[in-house]
Amino acid sequence: MLGTTVTLAFRAIMRHKLRSFLTTLGIIIGVAAVITMTTLGNGATAAVREQISSLGANILQLRPGQGFGRGGGGPRPPDFKPEDVTAIAQQITGVRAVAPQAQSSGQAIYEGNNWNTTVNGTTASYFEAQQWALESGRLFMPEEEEAGKPVCIIGGTLRRNLFRQEDPVGKRFRIKGVSCQVIGLLATRGQGGFGQDQDDVVVMPIKFVQRRFTGNRDIGLIMVAVDDAYETATVQASLEDLMRERRRIKPGDADNFNVFDTKQISDTLTGTTTILTQIVGAVAAISLLVGGIGIMNIMLVSVTERTREIGIRLAIGAVANEVLLQFLVEAVVLSCLGGLIGMFLALIASIAIAPLMQVPFIFDWQINLLAVVFSAAIGVIFGYFPARRAASLNPIDALRHE
Amino acid sequence: MANDPIIRLRGVTKTYGSGPTAFQALKGVDLEIERGDFVAVMGPSGSGKSTTMNILGCLDVPTSGEFRFHGHHVERLDRDQRALLRRKYLGFVFQGFNLLSRTTALENVELPLLYRGEDRQTRHASGLAALDKVGLKPWWDHTPAELSGGQQQRVAIARAIVTNPDVLLADEPTGNLDSERSIEIMELLTDLNRNSGITVLMVTHEADMAAFARTIVHFKDGLVESIEKGARS
Ligand SMILES: Nc1ncnc2c1ncn2[C@@H]1O[C@H](COP(=O)(O)OP(=O)(O)OP(=O)(O)O)[C@@H](O)[C@H]1O
Ligand SMILES: [Mg+2]
Repeated sequence: MLGTTVTLAFRAIMRHKLRSFLTTLGIIIGVAAVITMTTLGNGATAAVREQISSLGANILQLRPGQGFGRGGGGPRPPDFKPEDVTAIAQQITGVRAVAPQAQSSGQAIYEGNNWNTTVNGTTASYFEAQQWALESGRLFMPEEEEAGKPVCIIGGTLRRNLFRQEDPVGKRFRIKGVSCQVIGLLATRGQGGFGQDQDDVVVMPIKFVQRRFTGNRDIGLIMVAVDDAYETATVQASLEDLMRERRRIKPGDADNFNVFDTKQISDTLTGTTTILTQIVGAVAAISLLVGGIGIMNIMLVSVTERTREIGIRLAIGAVANEVLLQFLVEAVVLSCLGGLIGMFLALIASIAIAPLMQVPFIFDWQINLLAVVFSAAIGVIFGYFPARRAASLNPIDALRHE
Repeated sequence: MANDPIIRLRGVTKTYGSGPTAFQALKGVDLEIERGDFVAVMGPSGSGKSTTMNILGCLDVPTSGEFRFHGHHVERLDRDQRALLRRKYLGFVFQGFNLLSRTTALENVELPLLYRGEDRQTRHASGLAALDKVGLKPWWDHTPAELSGGQQQRVAIARAIVTNPDVLLADEPTGNLDSERSIEIMELLTDLNRNSGITVLMVTHEADMAAFARTIVHFKDGLVESIEKGARS
């Protein structure tokens, strides 16, 4: 009986191609929307996570001032001093690496090329803290750091704009009017978590930057990498205690520095994109539901339109269940077909749009399965009511129907 | 057993609606039809011919009275049991042809076999054989829209006989056809009755058509008025 019914359902679908197409259209669009939206949303989440992990895992950033800004009015809180860095390294347990940073910016010139870039004064620990490898060359020697020698390690963007195809290691170029020698080339990192180009940088010993560029011993940022064996929160607490002590903050007064946990930013941002994905997915799910109602509508209309046909089938000897099953199978076939076509379209759309949005394409078979199963369920549910109506018709009335 | 009537109506009444608008279309019909007979049912409009045919065709049940068909008490059967009786023993021809549109003649004829669960080859062979009987084998792949009225009615007859039914019920089968086409249909029914042993029950308004029958039943006001032997008995 099932074989017969499937045959009948397929014949009915093929006989009314336009009607069948319009029925499936709602499901196609709904399924395609749900899958595309969630796929792109997942890609965006992954992209954000990826970018943030480039900040380095388990890194605490110590800055002067409260919160993100430098605080409201009042005197500007003092920057850190080299002694703070030494104290952190010596007095706090669970620290894998500490790196001070003093930043400046200026024009780099090599032969006919020049390029404005960021100058980052730090120590070799900076690379250790961030686990940032070199593509070629070497790190600063302790004596180079100590003496503040004019040596530098450059990022990929600077290298491309200054040296073109040349191998920069061993070459000398001028930065802010001072000559320096390239000793290493950084591995490329791409965009950072906030969209900046992390490869547009020249890294130099902090003492050199302070002496020649900033003219003081101030340190604007201290990066503290936490050892994997220790709790970040514990290290953060002892770091805060130490800094309050060193900056002579009275009990009860607010900090005039802040410690930022990169993992926290990462969790916040991925949380946001996940919520966005869910909202967009929910909107798309509504369109899927609308598609289902479309199926029910068409099925209802086609039952009315096909009342005579039902009458003929019943008169010929079809039992009510056979008519019911035929309409049900028609609905399920149409909605499954719509689901599969929608899935296929979503695949094409996601692959096409993902690069434009600069997010990776991640195939999530669960979403795909869910959308297709859901569309089939819509077919069964919304196909059932019109089908039951059709099957319960009196053959004589159905035949007389004009 | 062989001489038992295939159809026996005893005191059959049929009331449409209920309460003050109720209308009694049949008022106690007694009728017996022998196996192999060719019966024409005549009578004025509204006399209950179609109502009787619907009951005989197991499409409807009497309000009271007894209807025995093939030994079954049809008035006691439910919807699906009656559907199975139709599937097994009955063939229908309607005034309005009632073919499935956008469906070829062969597919229309095969339809009852589908519900019987016959396989594709059997359906095909039996369908073509039935179309051949009504002289439309070359037209097997035409849809109703591509066939004349007479041809459509012959497809409908092929569909009714493809299952080798015991009884063929035809309510005004020639009502929509011109006289020449009507006579062709009547000759076809006569042939099926004589050579395939199918009992034929037919409603008609025209004496010319009734003349093909062996028995003529006259209806009046929901009752059988008279039964006469036809010219060909
Ligand atoms: N479904 C129905 N509901 C109410 N009344 C009905 C119904 N079907 C038929 N009738 C009434 O029952 C009576 C008999 O109808 P029936 O169709 O049997 O007549 P008929 O002899 O076939 O007439 P005709 O020659 O016009 O086809 C008519 O008065 C008709 O109005
Ligand atoms: Mg009638």
